Amino acid sequence: MEFEPRIVAFFCNWCTYTGADLAGVSRLKSPANIRVIRTMCSGRVDPSFILKAFDLGADGVLIGGCHPGDCHYTEGNYKALRRIHLLKKMLQSFGIDEKRLRLEWISASEGDVYQHVATEFTQSIRSLGPLNWKQRVEKRSTSEHAVAV
Amino acid sequence: MVTLKIDDKEVQVAEETSILKAAEKAGIWIPTMCYSDLFEPYGVCRLCSVEVIRGKRSRIVTACNYPVREGITVQTNSPKVQWIRKLLMELTLSRWPNVKVVKDMAARLGVEKPRIESLEKDEAENACILCGMCVNVCREVVKASVLGFESRGIKRKVVLPFGVQSDTCIVCGACALVCSTGHIKMVLEDYKGKKPEFTLGPKTSIYVPTMQGIPRVPVIDAESCIHFKTGGCEACAKVCEPNAINYEMKDEIEEIEVGQILLTTGYDIFDASKMTQFGYGRLDNVYSSLEFEMMLSSMGPTGGKVLTKDGKEPRSIGIVHCVGSRDTNHNPYCSRVCCMYALKFAHLVSDRTDAEIYQFYIDMRAFGKGYEEFYVRILDEGVKVIRGKVAEVSEVTSSGENTNQLIVRCEDTLAGKILEVPFDMVILCNAIEPRKDADAIRRLFSISKSPDGFFLERHPKLDPTSTMSDGIYIAGCAQGPKDIPDTVAQAGSAAARILSYISKGEVEIDPVRAWIDEKYCAGCRICNNLCPYTAIDFIDEKKISQVNDVLCKGCGTCVAACPASAITGKGFSDAQIYAELEGLLEI
Repeated sequence: MEFEPRIVAFFCNWCTYTGADLAGVSRLKSPANIRVIRTMCSGRVDPSFILKAFDLGADGVLIGGCHPGDCHYTEGNYKALRRIHLLKKMLQSFGIDEKRLRLEWISASEGDVYQHVATEFTQSIRSLGPLNWKQRVEKRSTSEHAVAV
Repeated sequence: MVTLKIDDKEVQVAEETSILKAAEKAGIWIPTMCYSDLFEPYGVCRLCSVEVIRGKRSRIVTACNYPVREGITVQTNSPKVQWIRKLLMELTLSRWPNVKVVKDMAARLGVEKPRIESLEKDEAENACILCGMCVNVCREVVKASVLGFESRGIKRKVVLPFGVQSDTCIVCGACALVCSTGHIKMVLEDYKGKKPEFTLGPKTSIYVPTMQGIPRVPVIDAESCIHFKTGGCEACAKVCEPNAINYEMKDEIEEIEVGQILLTTGYDIFDASKMTQFGYGRLDNVYSSLEFEMMLSSMGPTGGKVLTKDGKEPRSIGIVHCVGSRDTNHNPYCSRVCCMYALKFAHLVSDRTDAEIYQFYIDMRAFGKGYEEFYVRILDEGVKVIRGKVAEVSEVTSSGENTNQLIVRCEDTLAGKILEVPFDMVILCNAIEPRKDADAIRRLFSISKSPDGFFLERHPKLDPTSTMSDGIYIAGCAQGPKDIPDTVAQAGSAAARILSYISKGEVEIDPVRAWIDEKYCAGCRICNNLCPYTAIDFIDEKKISQVNDVLCKGCGTCVAACPASAITGKGFSDAQIYAELEGLLEI
């Protein structure tokens, strides 16, 4: 059977979540691999959520926020941007390809953009293959390499 | 009061009134060519010469600047006066034989052909007759004193100082306005398309912005008003009987505290000059829909008459639909109202003129109540409708010269033919576009926009008037192109929503808030600066931070940032999100 990636998405309530909803209402076909968690703002996305998701078996994580300058909470998306940049550097040292984490600005009216991003991201994760991070970590005999999350 | 006799009529006027004014009151005409109520009498044309008899003495004076005296008798048409006037008129006519005001006055005074041949004969129709009105209006009314006389006698002429353009000239046009021969002209350059109300011609600095507006009061455009430039003029204040003109008024910024805001910022029309093939802004007689609407208005620049640029009634009018809308190069959406107002134009034009009317449409969208019936009625009135997008509007040139004849080139998709139809006037149905400053407005209120740039509603079907921001509502074309009934319906619904909150007296807020656990807060103050609403205060006595529940909007930025995990986002706590993650990734 072909590998079907498991992708966790954190979407902000005002832009990307509504945009993804619009994609559905507009009957735009998008991959079922994306499992969405709604947060009020992309600024709410704690980097630990992302690590936890990888730990629990996610193959990719997608963060969706409002376009710069359009944040419902003025500047939460900028906070998210800062954190994701830092986290990407950290992911490399954990042995996770930074392509598995993606931040996208999708507004409430961009159902088609959501469709495009979701399809493309799923495709890129599919070509990267399964992550199996937990198993990889557990394989290592020494416990000090394990990441406490 | 002074009593005097003018041509056997007894007149009573105030002291120091001029004879000319007194005669006017008595209904007696005295010819003038340099007099105006706007400034002090100049007395240069001498045509108002009258005979004043005081006791046994009689003398000739100029009526415009000679004050009345008790008991004088004035003869305005005695043989002596007639002789003087005729001689003056002969001199004037011999020098400027083709100027209309001179010819008219000569005819009125019975002068046909001058006996004198002038050495300085000027045969131009718009020659300067040296009446000095321009010089006087510039000095006394405008208070700019740009124009003046040069030389004396036969060499006299009106000039700018040293013959160069003056910095003090404010280009008000007062000199051109008073010039009776057309010697001074205002040339309007590059005014088309700047403001829709200007495109059909210039207007005054004091005007009523919209005739149907409430309150219907005039406004002064301080940028072009003479008074605000030189301190002069005040012509409007002089004629305003209730003294309502106030030059001291200033623009004010008032701050009003409100709980809810309805955004009805409207729309802009598509700038048709972007589609150069239609010739808007380049060809005369190609109008935007808004300009044509102005022309149809009985209070508009033509008083509701449909006229081409050269003032003639058009024989044929072409109406081009979908200019900038339903066009992937500009706006992909349908502007909704154009089909119906284009039909309305056709109806009004056929009411007022005998012009043949053509409509060039893509699809006729008569979507509302009674609209289809109106369309059928227009067809019955003989309006020709052609299905096809117009390719080009061009001007017919004959032997290298442009005529005012326009040609519309298009394909009739129903007949499968290429058409070229001649018109005297072409009206473009410009697309409805979001306001130029819509982005700035929407950021101010932190609401979103649709891909077309209009404000985004909370839900397209279930909540079309409110937005993602609580207390901010939208209505009308700010939300998307729509006609008047739809706008009224949407605005009414928004107003009802707003009123329901007001009558309730209290507002329910979302329970999604951040909460700081005092036990774990280390007082690092990282969250203080992160909060965009400054909802987190640092309590100095306790050395901890605290969330103000009223200010907090529940975005959770602080929750994610807290290094001690002391902040909980109610409704979106860490535990809840972890549980969600576990559930999602179970399979």
